[in-house]
Amino acid sequence: MLGSYISNLLWLAGFVLEAYVVVYSFHKKTFVRNFPINFYMLCEATVTLGLYFCSRRFGTNSVTYAYYYYYTDSLLTILMFWVIIRFYQMVFSEMHVSQYVRKFAVLLLLATAAFSYAVVHHQFKSNFTNQFVLALGQNLYFVGVVLTYLLWGTVLKLRETRIRLVQLILALGVYFSGTAGTYAIGNLFPHLYLPFFRFLLPIFGLWLPLAWAYTLTRVPEDARLATASLLARAR
Amino acid sequence: MIASLIFVISFAALLQFFILHCRSLLAYSRRVELSDRVREVTGIAAQNVKAGDFGRLLQLVRLCPERGEDRKEIRVVGAYYSLLALLDRLTRSMFPSVAAWAENERQSCSYFAAVALDRRISYSRDLFTQQVADRL
Repeated sequence: MLGSYISNLLWLAGFVLEAYVVVYSFHKKTFVRNFPINFYMLCEATVTLGLYFCSRRFGTNSVTYAYYYYYTDSLLTILMFWVIIRFYQMVFSEMHVSQYVRKFAVLLLLATAAFSYAVVHHQFKSNFTNQFVLALGQNLYFVGVVLTYLLWGTVLKLRETRIRLVQLILALGVYFSGTAGTYAIGNLFPHLYLPFFRFLLPIFGLWLPLAWAYTLTRVPEDARLATASLLARAR
Repeated sequence: MIASLIFVISFAALLQFFILHCRSLLAYSRRVELSDRVREVTGIAAQNVKAGDFGRLLQLVRLCPERGEDRKEIRVVGAYYSLLALLDRLTRSMFPSVAAWAENERQSCSYFAAVALDRRISYSRDLFTQQVADRL
């Protein structure tokens, strides 16, 4: 009872924040400029809404709900790669290497799918599809962590100073690493997943629209900060 | 094996990204000069906001009317402060340099709280002025 109440609350908060990011961008006329972020948030809001109706109609323990949850989650993660590519393009804006970044990301995505397939095919002969989706989810998020980490390294190397971009990337890093960790711990301790860890995924899911909504609303586009100061000791 | 590896790396990355995100929030406030008004209210002299002042400053922040838009950053920095306080307690005897770093960071958190308080006091004054003007 309490679990379903918390879940509903997290869904509602997530949906409101995701919708807020999109509406705010429309209001500020930056929807097209930040199109990948806004499109992702729009899809995320739609999926959240679908998830809510799915849980009401079929229940959270139904197979339909599980399929809907994991498949849409994988699709959204793939969509998130597009957002990361956009961030890479923004960081590399003066170096004209966008096409290489795009190709690299697509190759990485295919390699992740192939790796997940190989691992699951080797271990599970029955229940293959379900296991593949779970493994793919975990591995995609982990690739997201690696890509975001590399992106952060590039930000430091190129001395990127746009604080809005820096905060968007760091928030994405928290989201990817938190979610990948939750998936991994779910694989390690499956019996603890339902009572405890299942709440972590919506919490990290809530973190991203919350942090991005804050950054887009509060941090001016022209605000600058020496990123090296974030690594230096506080004085 | 793969899941354990992913968990360890992800947890380390999560910690690092969270710390950097909090530091980016703090770095923004570090550039703001505290007003005489907030120094008077809090009894803070010069730039020396102490690490232990955070709780007291946060209580003062909560006494002021909410601005709404600073709620999220106060919560995130509050969580960061608690994490640092724990780190400080755990490492003080064994790793003094880590504890010193945590102390500096907590000091930045306190300075952030002082800046938030300053903003809220200004906001309260504006609200009060507006109400008086409306009555007239």
